[in-house]
Amino acid sequence: MGLMGRFTTIVKAKASKALDKAEDPRETLDYSYEKQLELLQKVRRGVADVATSKKRLELQAAKLEQSVEKLDGQARQALGANREDLARVALERKKGVQLQLQSIDEQRATLQAEQDKLVLAEQRLTAKVEAFRTRKETIKAQYTAAEAQTKIGEAFSGVSEEMADVGMAIERAESKTETMRARAGAIDELLESGALTDVTDGRDSIDRELDQLSVSSGVDAELERLRGEIGAGSSPAPDQIEGGGKAS
Amino acid sequence: MIVRILGEGQYKLDDAAFAAVHAIDDRVQEAADAGDDAAFAAALTELVDTVIATGEPLPADDLHASDAIVPGHGTTLADARELLSSEGLIPN
Repeated sequence: MGLMGRFTTIVKAKASKALDKAEDPRETLDYSYEKQLELLQKVRRGVADVATSKKRLELQAAKLEQSVEKLDGQARQALGANREDLARVALERKKGVQLQLQSIDEQRATLQAEQDKLVLAEQRLTAKVEAFRTRKETIKAQYTAAEAQTKIGEAFSGVSEEMADVGMAIERAESKTETMRARAGAIDELLESGALTDVTDGRDSIDRELDQLSVSSGVDAELERLRGEIGAGSSPAPDQIEGGGKAS
Repeated sequence: MIVRILGEGQYKLDDAAFAAVHAIDDRVQEAADAGDDAAFAAALTELVDTVIATGEPLPADDLHASDAIVPGHGTTLADARELLSSEGLIPN
């Protein structure tokens, strides 16, 4: 048996499970219709779930984009202060964040593809369910319970196969969404631990070093200013600051 | 003959077209048996594309069952195994 044969067998098996049987075949029609509507709801929820996961990835990407900008700024600042070592650290981190961004982008594309598939599946199922509803009303109006039996089989076959197909699509989308959630959680943890620079986290080690740099260069500038004042000042310099005013 | 591509709808094929699809299906199965991912992907893509190219799409509100069902575009050998393993149709 080829792959086609195997898939035909398995989907038909799933399709036959998608049907409820009742005492009166005409009731079976209503049961099945209820089930079809439930499945439609499930597909719509599936679309919403995928959209939510995608949104989460987009928010993470925005956060990481901010990190990239910040690290870039830090690298410039460090280089301006002749601290190539610090600039290198900032750029290394930036590279790491950019790799994460790339992977998020790929995940987002995967989820987008799943969402598109589910939307189309929902449209196809909606059309079949509507056709089934019309057929069901006709059967109930025109046939006795005994006659309805064969007509029902005809109405069922296409719609139940579609249900099996959609059911498989939902399962696949769910498992992909699950994988994405786990990955997104891992990135959140990295952000929280500061392994990736989290902008919302405020100051990181590079920031502190840069602060230190600007403090000491600020102090140097202040000393220069004071020296200037004292040198040019009319009042004599107090004794206390003798010895402390030696420039390094 | 009506062929359903999972997740992509149904197509009506004449006997000659269906025979051609069957021939490609044999190659898909051979690739699956050999565990050759690349050959599987290539043969399956060819199979699905042939169904679309030689078939007439059925309207979405048509209630006919299909005569044959194939996995859709992008189904990997691992995906196919997973889909079929629940019924034990692909021996490992």
